[in-house]
Amino acid sequence: MMQPLHAPPNEAGVSALPRRVAESMMPTEERIGSRHTDAAAEARLRARYAAQRRFKAYGVLAIGVAIGALLWLLITLLSNGVTAFVQTNLRLAITFDPAVVDPQGNQSPESLAQGDFGRVIRDALRQRFPDAQGRVAVRNLLALLSSGAEFELRDRVIADPSMIGTTQPVWVLASSDVDMFRKGFFEKAADGGAGGRLNAQQVAWIEELAASGDLALQWNRLFFKAGDSRDPELVGVLGGVLGSFFTLFVCLVLAFPFGVAAAIYLEEFAPKNRFTDIIEVNINNLAAVPSIIFGLLGLAVFLNFFGMPRSAPLVGGIVLALMSLPTIIIASRAALRAVPPSIREAAYGLGASKMQVVLHHVLPLGLPGMLTGSIIAMAQALGETAPLLMIGMVAFIVDIPQGLTSSATALPVQIFMWADNPERGFVEKTSAAIIVLLAFLLTMNAIAIFLRKKFERRW
Amino acid sequence: MDSNIAPSQPSVPTVVSPPMLQNEPPAIAARTVNVFYGEKHALKDVTIDIYRRQVTAFIGPSGCGKSTFLRCFNRMNDIIETCRVTGRITLDGGDIYDPRLDVVQLRARVGMVFQKPNPFPKSIYDNIAYGPRIHGLTTSRKELDNVVEQSLRRAALWDEVKDRLSEPGTALSGGQQQRLCIARAIAVSPDVILMDEPCSALDPIATAKIEELMDELRQDYTIIIVTHSMQQAARVSQRTAFFHLGELVEVGPTEEIFTRPQDKRTQDYITGRFG
Amino acid sequence: MTAGVLALVLCVLCFAGFWLGRQEAVRIRSGGVQPHSLPSYYGSYVALVCGIPASLALLIWISAADSLVRQFVIAGLPDHLSALPEGDLALLLTDVRNMAYGRVPLNTARPEIVGAVEHYLRLGEISRWLMWLVVLALAIGGLLLGRRMVSAEFRARNAVEQILNILLIASSTVAVLTTIAIVLSLIFEALRFFAKVPVTEFLFGLTWSPQTALRAEQVGASGAFGAVPLITGTMLISVIAMLVAVPTGLMAAVYMSEFMPGRLRAVVKPVLEILAGIPTVVYGFFAALTVAPLVRDAGMAIGLNVASQSALAAGVVMGIMIIPFVSSLSDDVLNAVPNSLREGSYGLGATQAETIKLVLLPAALPGIVASVILAFSRALGETMIVVMAAGLAANITINPLDAVTTVTVHIAALLVGDQEFDSAKTLSAFALGLLLFVVTLTLNVIAQRVVKKYREQYE
Repeated sequence: MMQPLHAPPNEAGVSALPRRVAESMMPTEERIGSRHTDAAAEARLRARYAAQRRFKAYGVLAIGVAIGALLWLLITLLSNGVTAFVQTNLRLAITFDPAVVDPQGNQSPESLAQGDFGRVIRDALRQRFPDAQGRVAVRNLLALLSSGAEFELRDRVIADPSMIGTTQPVWVLASSDVDMFRKGFFEKAADGGAGGRLNAQQVAWIEELAASGDLALQWNRLFFKAGDSRDPELVGVLGGVLGSFFTLFVCLVLAFPFGVAAAIYLEEFAPKNRFTDIIEVNINNLAAVPSIIFGLLGLAVFLNFFGMPRSAPLVGGIVLALMSLPTIIIASRAALRAVPPSIREAAYGLGASKMQVVLHHVLPLGLPGMLTGSIIAMAQALGETAPLLMIGMVAFIVDIPQGLTSSATALPVQIFMWADNPERGFVEKTSAAIIVLLAFLLTMNAIAIFLRKKFERRW
Repeated sequence: MDSNIAPSQPSVPTVVSPPMLQNEPPAIAARTVNVFYGEKHALKDVTIDIYRRQVTAFIGPSGCGKSTFLRCFNRMNDIIETCRVTGRITLDGGDIYDPRLDVVQLRARVGMVFQKPNPFPKSIYDNIAYGPRIHGLTTSRKELDNVVEQSLRRAALWDEVKDRLSEPGTALSGGQQQRLCIARAIAVSPDVILMDEPCSALDPIATAKIEELMDELRQDYTIIIVTHSMQQAARVSQRTAFFHLGELVEVGPTEEIFTRPQDKRTQDYITGRFG
Repeated sequence: MTAGVLALVLCVLCFAGFWLGRQEAVRIRSGGVQPHSLPSYYGSYVALVCGIPASLALLIWISAADSLVRQFVIAGLPDHLSALPEGDLALLLTDVRNMAYGRVPLNTARPEIVGAVEHYLRLGEISRWLMWLVVLALAIGGLLLGRRMVSAEFRARNAVEQILNILLIASSTVAVLTTIAIVLSLIFEALRFFAKVPVTEFLFGLTWSPQTALRAEQVGASGAFGAVPLITGTMLISVIAMLVAVPTGLMAAVYMSEFMPGRLRAVVKPVLEILAGIPTVVYGFFAALTVAPLVRDAGMAIGLNVASQSALAAGVVMGIMIIPFVSSLSDDVLNAVPNSLREGSYGLGATQAETIKLVLLPAALPGIVASVILAFSRALGETMIVVMAAGLAANITINPLDAVTTVTVHIAALLVGDQEFDSAKTLSAFALGLLLFVVTLTLNVIAQRVVKKYREQYE
């Protein structure tokens, strides 16, 4: 049956040509919808596209503002802080007079601990600049030295008692003012002084030392092995870092198991009822409670009610654990939800109990996601300051914390305390401590991203 | 050669449009159109003419590419990043994939009604007025009121909603919502209206109303409807195109397709052997 | 330390229990009878029965023993000492404790104190012995009981799963308990405050000056506890922060989700999120060091009188911190707008900008409002930025160039350092905390309701 109603092919072929001609000759006005293509419509269209370009420009501007602010912040901190990783030292020819440094004369650490190393350093400096005469001039000269220089020198001699009795060139720590001047943070004043803290005479001494190569920037080891101090050239982040470490340790040990257990219950076992509804609403709300409120909780409950020690990483860790718990629960639930139901069904199909399904299949598959979420929560907790202020981790603590209950501060709190100090040297050290903190945060987030990438699965 | 012969399918018997249309050029002419979604070849060498003031129905089993093809006519596929279209589609002789052509302008000329009614979460009035406003079609509030009323009347919705134009469009019933969407499309005064399974989410009564409406509208508009219901295609369309696995199998007057299909696959489909 | 040793012993006992239970089950199996569960379940059962009651007892002892000992010591004090006011008593007990631990040399001048120290030490000894006794008895008793339960008929797996289930439920209630603890501790301390200062004065008083008399005989320094200046200051800074964060965050989110190509978005989005990961103490330092002087200098340059700790500087920096918060919430909200609306608008020939402005943003409005509320609540509770950049001046003003202070600043200021727990000054911090908690909680609940409704609208 060959298409009886249709025109034969040759007929169609014949009819095609005139039609195409007709089409090309058709006047434009005949076309329907010309109001969308006429000149007025074109003008309107141009205006509309201009509006779109403006709109997009606002968007680019907004992103630019945000990224610009980020760069501004980071560059400010870096430019203020990187110099803190080197420290100005003076080279002096020090004579280790046994009578002064080794009062018992047996070179034992006990004897050396009683030695007056400050005197040998002071004597060496005065020998170097005999022109400093008179009380004021001598005081100005000795102000070039750090008050911590003698303790460092003592430790060095205890480690190597053969120095006793000799005279040799030794690098000793300069004061913060010298350090700031050397790093160019002080403007030179018209009278030859600098930064309002160094007078012309001191600047001349510094320049003389620098000219003879006896003043140099050296790697600031102290910054990574000391605790807090009143003097900016003597401070270190180790106390804060260890305090933060102990705090986070407690936080993780408490928050991770409880968070994961709560997530498993809510995601896998919880019946839909009022009780679980309350828990869910509660977790969401708890996640948005200001952190300082958790500090009040810690103060009222753990310190006052349970009588736990103030300033202890243990209490800080508990408070931060309560604070991170909602974050960990929410992240862990998301990780559990990402495990496809087919895995559960397969395990049920083999006769596994619900607990076995969860513990043998769902939990191992969800664990990388939970870990990632927990690391991110820990990174947040590491930067948290306000609740730690409330429980007394804000004390001036020179010693490096030894354990969970020893008095300690945390790295962000250390930053807060240094930031309060108006001295120029502390601005530098605060920025450097922030760089250390950001480096830790960056590492933790990088680990989290690495874990996510490594264990990411496509179901 | 007649323009509505598919040149890529010489084996398919020639299908010619009814004589009454012979002396009018097609509104839309598609030539060897191919669509790719990433690696997937969704539409293969489709060539077809769409005539004015007719309802053309695209039928075929799901996943056959009919909706994909429909979305080529107003370049809705542009939104999908991985989608690539080759071939040539002309609207009133102008290539709609011409880089100089503005897609916003094109979509004003080729309106679309979607599978699920998608009124904006605004008042009924604002839903209709949206198109005229963005395109600047009216200059006064009175004129806009008029366009809204006329559009609603054309969509046979005026009597039902004239007293509650400020209520949200989402508060209407499903069938009313779909007619609202049709009125919204009409308000822009397009040449062509594309309808992508406009009744699939509606009950039979609402479907009947929409079908009646389509019959009305074809007096003024070129309508293309994608449907999975063969009965609907038979009821509302003058021409029908059958798609299968990304190919245009057969196109012709609706009556022909349903009574004397040329291709075995069409026959199998309309007799319900697959689909 | 002794508690740590005990915990270790407990762990060993648990392992022993596991091994014993498992061995017994293996023995039953080798006897030809198939036990109900796998041997390791019998082991786990014995370990759990051994460990759980004992660990609970240990925890209770750790948290309660100290306060119990204190009560006994107070009871044992001579009458003239136990009748001391609460604050002095607490100080005395601290002294006693410090002497008992040898941190402070024994005050031999006062025999009654020496007696108390001895009493304290004796009680501590008794309590430690009791702890060992009770905990070990529970552990060994549990171990023996669990071991006796092991038999072929005993359904060890079910029992273990039931215990685990209870542990999971208990974990998920930790979040609820935390909330209850927060509410109770805030209310309890705030009530003590309101016993001294009327609620109306606190809520409507216009002066905040919490300096109470150090000694009772001092006059004229009763302190004023009107929170209005703190509330207006908090509002002012938060509003400034929102003026920065909302337009920037929203436009950034819109641009990223609607205009930016996917590959660029994958870079820019994490970069913006770095802003959210930077600790607030860093922002505080940045605000105090860089932004505040900049704002002041800029103000001076155009002849304005700007306070050195202006609300503007703190607010702007806080706004920068909140940008990613607003943008990621807005991003979620915009993504939740169904695609059909986008298509409907494009299908009518709208440009992208028109679709966003006229369809997407209005449709997403409830969600955006909710995220703005959440961001605002976060700004209210933010502490470190304002502590470091806003200062303590309790002015009532809406001039962003003036110095203002906030609720959180004063909570921190009142509780950092030494406190007496019965003075209105210290307790007022808890009243402020309660105020902050109630306000932020209300805002969160409202925002979550709105979000939920919004989600339901499109599901």
